[in-house]
Amino acid sequence: MKPYLEDYAVINPDSEREVAEILADDPEVIPLAGGTDLFVSLKNGVLPPSAFLNMKSCPDFEKEPELTDSELILEPLTTISDVRYDEDANRFRLLYEACKNLSVISIQNLATWAGNVANASPCANGAAALMAYDATLELAGVEGTREVKLTQFYRGYKELKMEKEEYIRRIKVPRPEPGWKEYYRDVGPREYQAISKTLLAGRIQLGRGEEVNDVRLVAGSVYPHTLKLRQTEDYLRGRELTEETIDAACEKLQEEIQPVDDVRSNRQYRRRVTENMLREFLQESRPL
Amino acid sequence: MKEPVKEQTVELTVNGDNYEINVHPLKRLLDVLREDLKLTGTKEGCGEGECGACTIHFDGEPALACMIPVCQADGAEITTIEGLSSDGRLSLVQEAFHQEGGTQCGICTPGMIMSATYYIDNPDSAENMREALAGNQCRCTGYKRIFDSVEEAFKNK
Ligand SMILES: Cc1cc2nc3c(=O)[nH]c(=O)nc-3n(C[C@H](O)[C@H](O)[C@H](O)COP(=O)(O)OP(=O)(O)OC[C@H]3O[C@@H](n4cnc5c(N)ncnc54)[C@H](O)[C@@H]3O)c2cc1C
Ligand code: FES
Ligand code: FES
Repeated sequence: MKPYLEDYAVINPDSEREVAEILADDPEVIPLAGGTDLFVSLKNGVLPPSAFLNMKSCPDFEKEPELTDSELILEPLTTISDVRYDEDANRFRLLYEACKNLSVISIQNLATWAGNVANASPCANGAAALMAYDATLELAGVEGTREVKLTQFYRGYKELKMEKEEYIRRIKVPRPEPGWKEYYRDVGPREYQAISKTLLAGRIQLGRGEEVNDVRLVAGSVYPHTLKLRQTEDYLRGRELTEETIDAACEKLQEEIQPVDDVRSNRQYRRRVTENMLREFLQESRPL
Repeated sequence: MKEPVKEQTVELTVNGDNYEINVHPLKRLLDVLREDLKLTGTKEGCGEGECGACTIHFDGEPALACMIPVCQADGAEITTIEGLSSDGRLSLVQEAFHQEGGTQCGICTPGMIMSATYYIDNPDSAENMREALAGNQCRCTGYKRIFDSVEEAFKNK
C-alpha cells in the first residue's frame, strides 16, 4: 500500500442530506466523484491530509442523464460515457464532441461532468461545451439549493463561485432551439488522448436578414478559466457576417484571450490557432 | 453522521470469484488486484491514467485500475486479463496477439488486450480501432503488429 494513504480517509454518505451535513460540518472535506483528477493529485502529493466524500456511495445520486421537455439534467455521478452513448443526450452535439475529445474511453467511463466543471481546468472539454449551451448549475448545501449560470461560475484560476460547504447537485442544459449552427474544435498534439492546446465551442443563429441574431462563443486553454467570449459575442450580435465583420470579431477575440506559454503550447500558437478556429466557424456559418 | 474511515470492508467479484477484503478505502483497485488478490496480470506503467497498462473491465466497461479507489469498487464486477482464457484456452484476442506477434516485452499487452476485447465485442463504442486503443501505450511494437492482431481477431470473430 502507498504510505501516503495514511494521511487520507473516506466518508461514505448514505443520503443527499448527509452529503450536505458532512460538508457543513467540515468544509475541508473533498467530494470524490470519478477520481480521475483527484487521483493524479494524490499520486503527486499535492493534496493536504484530508477526508474524501465518496459521492458514489450516496444512493440519492443518479448516473443516467435525464432529458425533460426543456432540459438535459446531469447528476453528480453522470460520466462522460453516460452522455456519449445515450441517444437522447448525445443529440446535444457539442456535448458529444466534448466526450470524444476528453481523453480516452477508459477515462470517459470514470470521469464525471460535475468533476470536470468543479476541477475548473482552463482546458476542460466538458465545461466548454456546457457553457456554450448556457448550462446552469444547481448547487446544494444544508441551507438548500441555489442556481448559478456556468458562465458566472469561474472567477479566476480554479476560483469558483461555490462555497466549500456546497457541491454541484445537478447540471441543467437547456434544450437547444432549432436553427443554430454549432462548432466544436479541440486542437491537441495528437488526435486522441491529448489535452487541448486551445479549443473553441460555438453556437450561432442568423436572422432573416442574415445578420447574427444570437451567438455563444467559448474558448478553452487561453485564459485562467474556461472563457465566454463576451466582447466578441456582443460585437457580432446584429451584424451581417461579412469579411470585415469577421476580421473585426477576430480582433475582439485577440483582446479577450490571455494565453500563456506552458508545457503544451505557447502564446503565439494559441493566439493564431484560436483565431483560425473562430474564422473557420464564422466562415462556415455564412449563408451560401 | 458518518465518520471518516481508514479501513473498510469491500466486496468484489473478480473473474467470477467473490472476495471480501478489509482495506484502506482509497487503496487503488490496481494495488488490491495485485497485492491482495495476487492477480498480477494487470500492470502498472504510469500510475496516473496515461498509459493504459492497468486497463480492466469494470462493470463490463474498460477502465483504469490506477484511477479507481477500492471503496468505489464495492459490489463491482471486474474482469482482468486472467479472466479471459477459459479451460486453459486463450481467448480469441489473446490467440490473435500470439499468432500475429502483437506483443514484445509484454508490459502493455494485458491492458491492450482488455481494450481490444471490449472493442471487438462493442464495435460501436469507438470511431475506429485506433480510438479504441488510443489509451494504451506501447514502447516496443510500433503498434503495427498490435493493429494486425486486432484485425485478425475481428476476422475470426
Ligand atoms: C490521463 C488523463 C487525461 C485527461 N484528459 C482530459 C481531457 O482531455 N479533457 C478534460 O477536460 N479533462 C481531462 N482529464 C481530467 C479529468 O478526467 C476530468 O476533469 C474529469 O471530468 C474529472 O471528473 P472526475 O469525476 O474524475 O473528478 P474527480 O477527480 O472525482 O474530482 C475533480 C474535482 O471536482 C470536485 N468534484 C467532483 N464532483 C463534485 C461535485 N458534484 N460537486 C462539487 N465538486 C465536485 C472534486 O472535489 C475535485 O476537486 C484527464 C485526466 C486524466 C487522468
Ligand atoms: S498505470 Fe494506469 S494508466 Fe498507466
Ligand atoms: S510490448 Fe513492450 S510496451 Fe508494448
